[in-house]
Amino acid sequence: MSAAGPPQGARPLGGTARSAARGDHMNLTRREFIQAGGALVVGFAFNGNAGAQRLPAAEKAIGKTLDASEVDGFLAIGADSDVTIYCGKVDLGQGLRIAVRQMAAEELGCAVDRIALVEGDTALTPDQGPTAGSTGVMRGGVQIRQAAATAREALIGLAAERLGKPRAELEAVGNEVRPKAGGAGVRFGELVGDRRFGIKVDPKAPLKDPATYVVVGKPLPRPDVRGKVTGRHPFVHDVVVDGMVHGAVVRPPAVGATLVEVDEASIRSIPGARVVRVRDFLAIVAPSEWDAMTAARSLKARWSEGRALVGDAGVRASMKAGPFEADESLVKKGDAKAALASATKRLSAEYYWPMHSHASMGPSCAIADVRDGKATIWSASQATHRFRETISRLLGLPREAVRVIYLDGAGCYGMNGHDDAAADAALISRAVGKPVRVQWTRADELGWDPKGPPQLLALEGALGPDGKIAAWRTEMWIPKATASLPNMPLLGPEAAGLPQTQGITTGLISQNGNPPYTVANQDVVVHWLKDAPLRPSNLRAPGKIANGFAVESFTDELAAAAGKDAVEFRLAGLTDPRGIEVVKRAAALIGWRPRPSPGPGGVGRGIAYLHYKNNETYVAIAMEAEVDKASGAIRVRRVGCAHDCGLVINPDGVKAQVEGSILQTLSRTIHEEVKFDKARVTSLDFTSYPILRFTEVPEILIDVVMRQNEPPLGAGEASATPVPAALANAVFDAAGIRLRTVPFTAERVRAALAQANKA
Amino acid sequence: MPSLVLNVNGGARTVDVREIEEPLLFVLRNQLSLTGAKYGCGLGQCGACTVLIDGEAVRSCVVPVGTAVRKSITTIEGLGTEAKPHPLQEAFIEAQAAQCGYCISGVVMSAAALLAKNPKATRDDAKQALVGNLCRCGTHQRILDAVVRAAGGAK
Repeated sequence: MSAAGPPQGARPLGGTARSAARGDHMNLTRREFIQAGGALVVGFAFNGNAGAQRLPAAEKAIGKTLDASEVDGFLAIGADSDVTIYCGKVDLGQGLRIAVRQMAAEELGCAVDRIALVEGDTALTPDQGPTAGSTGVMRGGVQIRQAAATAREALIGLAAERLGKPRAELEAVGNEVRPKAGGAGVRFGELVGDRRFGIKVDPKAPLKDPATYVVVGKPLPRPDVRGKVTGRHPFVHDVVVDGMVHGAVVRPPAVGATLVEVDEASIRSIPGARVVRVRDFLAIVAPSEWDAMTAARSLKARWSEGRALVGDAGVRASMKAGPFEADESLVKKGDAKAALASATKRLSAEYYWPMHSHASMGPSCAIADVRDGKATIWSASQATHRFRETISRLLGLPREAVRVIYLDGAGCYGMNGHDDAAADAALISRAVGKPVRVQWTRADELGWDPKGPPQLLALEGALGPDGKIAAWRTEMWIPKATASLPNMPLLGPEAAGLPQTQGITTGLISQNGNPPYTVANQDVVVHWLKDAPLRPSNLRAPGKIANGFAVESFTDELAAAAGKDAVEFRLAGLTDPRGIEVVKRAAALIGWRPRPSPGPGGVGRGIAYLHYKNNETYVAIAMEAEVDKASGAIRVRRVGCAHDCGLVINPDGVKAQVEGSILQTLSRTIHEEVKFDKARVTSLDFTSYPILRFTEVPEILIDVVMRQNEPPLGAGEASATPVPAALANAVFDAAGIRLRTVPFTAERVRAALAQANKA
Repeated sequence: MPSLVLNVNGGARTVDVREIEEPLLFVLRNQLSLTGAKYGCGLGQCGACTVLIDGEAVRSCVVPVGTAVRKSITTIEGLGTEAKPHPLQEAFIEAQAAQCGYCISGVVMSAAALLAKNPKATRDDAKQALVGNLCRCGTHQRILDAVVRAAGGAK
């Protein structure tokens, strides 16, 4: 196959995967709904949901415009009236595949099932930015919605001419435009089938009245779940490209070590295995996956000493020691220092959040075909367009010669090793002149994925005579490298000494360090550290989980000091009705009764609230937990979450994201910390890096506030942010101990209990 | 290169392996194109590679292919298809019990082994049976709903 051309050679190992999906097995729920909704329906299913290689029609579209200001950038209609949407954002498991279809179907007037979705293919989709920061629906979906509304208006215009009727008497429904009063319509395919629209996206194209929605706001099932639970959904890990060989990278035994010597004879017993070395980049390539893995394990190499790392136990102290890049004032209201100095009731506390791994279930994997001055990369990248620049730079190829195609990977919650693996594959493919698949090992993933950065926060607060918060100071210590990353290189190119584009940001990690309550005197400052202990990256709700942990734990400490009920204390400081509503609803979910904390013992309850990024989703979590005083184990019994993300596209999709955010963040809060010594990460498996198990899963209650007249906001991250504080507050309520260091291991709980007994 | 005959999903399949220590997982995926089982850890710790051998849920990443000869191997592909899912898979679809879906084949197979032995399994039974299956997306609640639903229990 040609390198950057259509990847017809790619096929899923599973054989007939998607052809089966084209069958007639449309799920009953969906069929019933669509009939009830009045949309045109009949026997077809989602035709393709993975990568462009599964959509022959889409391959024919190569050369189409990628311009996001053009309707044709996002949308095409075939002669059969079926619709293809070209979406720069991708589905990482968060349900974008159904949400974007719903948004487009609603505005265009087509059946959800008659939309094929092409995701994250640099040859086909407009650049809509990375799939990150909960922007899939609120930015990506909204752009496509506007293109669909523009297209609908154009279709109605064409139909008006064709039918000789005024536009106002026509509507687009069920892939045709027809008279509202009834009578024969004209199918989309007859109007524009297989032709370009040739018009700009009109930012003023009217959107439908939410009161008339028939598709948006409905819990439609996701089109990819069927393939996933039957083992047929193609992941990047499952794809085979003609002529493909297997690569495995040998990382150094210490971070920053350089390669002194390789003993190629040490893998001679494995037929077909050979060494690829580019400066300090060391890899194996072999005809079979197992042989590549075995050879990588057997290969003998000598490395230099690495750079001395601070070690996990040293991180916290190192953060206050610097060196620092800069200090930045984020919030300054009134005079916090003076108000604190003169206050009679003053508290201070420090909170620490350790480094976390993405711990994706599947180690990162990618396929690269670098030949004849072209490169095609199949990758689970969250940002195929941006990654194209990276590949182009490191291979020294013009951007036009590089195509990056998204395929599902194991869930990532920010940048895990997926781009690293793709760069590895590209380097090896270039060296051997064949398509190369690279799959990392579990130890590679936990050891070398870029990590959620450590965060340290010191808070001070004072209560006024009215029992409300009179003054507040937050000081944060966070690695600057996590804000703008000139120094987050990809591993392979760094080892090979190749040029790289600037690294990505780890997200806006200094947000939500301010109290979400009315406080007249506030200071929020950040001390930006020059570097991070290990290579950092964005990891779900970047920074805001740790900041929320500190701010909402400290709010609870102030409430307890004031002798106030934690919910009432918060409500007294809130003026935003949407904030007030989620706090009340979350409390109601677990039957909250007002009283001060700590409680009488037994099951404790805690609450936490955040207004995500201070201007997006409103979310509150109330939680019940108990502490086994002998073992120190925490058991979470129930979690209630009230969630207001404005317009809800798919309430079941929102719920799934909220459940996931809660459980993943409980896992991070109770169990997780990356362990490392002076040389390297040592938590390399699921014993040393444990994550939540089924036996620990609490009951989860979710109240999705539907505000269909508001703009849509993100749902993939916000509900993660109140989790640690809600848990810490429940533990305080249950056992009278205040946990300010994550993870809340049994050992740490026992120590806190012992400390409390001494006091 | 040893040639082995495996009994997979009710049929005899011949595979050629360089060494009989190669884990069953890689043979299923790369030689038999049965890619439902996934490589997650290679250590038997995460359950993404779970298949049934003689009815028992096992981690195919730590089963040397040589030891699987003359046994009955069932992979997720042997349960049902997209067009005709197994009732257990149907319950997972009803519950929309997958996010990224990388862990889910293994979860379904562990649940299948549970229900084969205990068709009336409760939520707690399901939690115990799935204790060796990890999920990073946090789909646990829906997975438990699905298993209970398949066992004929209320959600």
